[in-house]
Amino acid sequence: MAIKVVKPGLSTTVQDLGRPGYYHIGIPISGGMDRFALCAANWLVGNKEDAAVLEATFLGPELEFTSDVTVAITGAELPPKLDGQPRATWTSFKVKKGQTLAFDFLRTGARAYIAISGGVDVPVVLGSRATYTLGALGGYLGRKLAAGDELPLGSGGEIAESREVPARLRRAPGSPAELRMMPGLYWHRITELAGKYFFEDTWKVAPEADRIGYRFRGGRPLDFVPREPPFGAGSDPSNIVDACYPYGSVQVPGGTEPIILHRDAVSGGGYFMIGTIISADMDLIGQLQPNATARFTSVTMEQALAARHDRKKLLNEVRESL
Amino acid sequence: MNSRYSFGGDEHIFVECDEAMSLEAFFKSLSVTKAVRAAQIRGVTEICPANASFQIKFDPDVIKPDDLLRELKSIEAAAASGGHSSLKTRIIEVPVLYNDPWTHETLMRFRDRHQAPDMTDIEYTAKINHLDGVDGFVKAHSGAPWFVSMVGFVAGLPFLYQMVERQRQIQSPKYLRPRTDTPKLTVGHGGCFGAIYSVRGAGGYQMFGITPMPIYDPNQEIKYLKDFMCLFNPGDIVKWRPIDRAEYDQTVADVEAGKFTPRISNVTFSLDEFHADIDGTNAKLTGALYGH
Repeated sequence: MAIKVVKPGLSTTVQDLGRPGYYHIGIPISGGMDRFALCAANWLVGNKEDAAVLEATFLGPELEFTSDVTVAITGAELPPKLDGQPRATWTSFKVKKGQTLAFDFLRTGARAYIAISGGVDVPVVLGSRATYTLGALGGYLGRKLAAGDELPLGSGGEIAESREVPARLRRAPGSPAELRMMPGLYWHRITELAGKYFFEDTWKVAPEADRIGYRFRGGRPLDFVPREPPFGAGSDPSNIVDACYPYGSVQVPGGTEPIILHRDAVSGGGYFMIGTIISADMDLIGQLQPNATARFTSVTMEQALAARHDRKKLLNEVRESL
Repeated sequence: MNSRYSFGGDEHIFVECDEAMSLEAFFKSLSVTKAVRAAQIRGVTEICPANASFQIKFDPDVIKPDDLLRELKSIEAAAASGGHSSLKTRIIEVPVLYNDPWTHETLMRFRDRHQAPDMTDIEYTAKINHLDGVDGFVKAHSGAPWFVSMVGFVAGLPFLYQMVERQRQIQSPKYLRPRTDTPKLTVGHGGCFGAIYSVRGAGGYQMFGITPMPIYDPNQEIKYLKDFMCLFNPGDIVKWRPIDRAEYDQTVADVEAGKFTPRISNVTFSLDEFHADIDGTNAKLTGALYGH
């Protein structure tokens, strides 16, 4: 019971819901960037929501199966083909021993989740199978997949055919994507006008967008409130005494290009942050391609919690629909 | 020193103990996070002390953000009145080959990103800190111990704060533009902080040398990293020891053969004692390492 990697795709890694508890020594939570899609993919093949799946970025892999399994693809619209025959996304389908799963070119989104019944059974490291490539930790040998890799599969997971997540329950970013942010952290370092522009401007995802963080361009540079640099911070107005970075925090080195930290975040550093993207919108960032447009919206804690509740409710509806 | 609290979205509380770095701010971060850990608050998933701040990650479905904020403030108040200025910790010796060939090769490759392209990182840092060349620099750098004031950026990387008066602390800016490469186990420095790069990768700190002693092993094959893959914890104390190339090569071979054990001693550090007699306190801490 295994998957043979014929072609690895651009950047395909083993991911689950992540590895909490080690951020204080610099090991990030990792796990799927679009956890909504990851949970849905697992439920579609009868797995528990935290089973390990493959996260394929921009370009799908080519995989050969050594046993009969059920497979489902969610997240990005990356059309699957089984032995050359098209299959639907967000829908489970059977794969027979010896068959090959490949993908057409990406239509929308950025990351597809490939769930296989039984789950990808790589060793559990610090409580998770998720890959953290920067630290060469977890997943398959701590790295993205390469041609010739053979991934063991777990047993179990019921073989259910043709389950489908209804279109109204699928989640994807709009264009421009609306990313809700709670201003805070070092927000006081920028002028009132800079803060206003930040929310007014339309931003574009830069080529430097990966599991560590997403960089944005195109908005006006931020003006700083003048200050005497505190000891240990550094002379640039965007410097702080190195501190922790929250997941989703928006740092703006030099005041020019905002970077949103994601699941493989560097855990801390010396750049100020103007706020944090709310938990409900982190899935959406994982589906943005370079050059995609986005706008930031200011929200309060109440609004953030309401959005979190809505996401959870939608995810529950997905579960109940299957 | 009034702490500043801010929500980092709906899952984090960020607490800045002080804007500026100081041992007091670091001690506050360390003692409050220790108290938070001991309190075992339901819904708290990550407790991360940093140099002069700390961060708590929580699940707002389990604990309301405002309830946690109130609880943290009361823990902070109790920790402050408790006067936790002493710490049971470890002192760890880190052998360093200063001016080694690997960081030298790397710094030469990235000279166009440096403030002083005609000098090495050590020469430059020695000059702006008014130290007597490379030898004077090594003496200042390895003379007094350093606190691990934060672990992070990447897995297992310690940030280090030199345990001397502020006017004696080595300070050096980061590179003008970050490098795309830093050798694994580089001993670096940025602002007032030292660091050991746990993995190879990008970096902006000045590069002074390299240690033969691995500090992160995700495969947990190295003898002293079998129990846990990261060597350092916030609050540990580091003592650099300059070594030559022969000892460097021998240590690398010993690590590989499973024969190397880091020199580590348990110590108690008191902030009051330190302020009363910095050199004396440091001599006592270092003495614990070498059995005198």
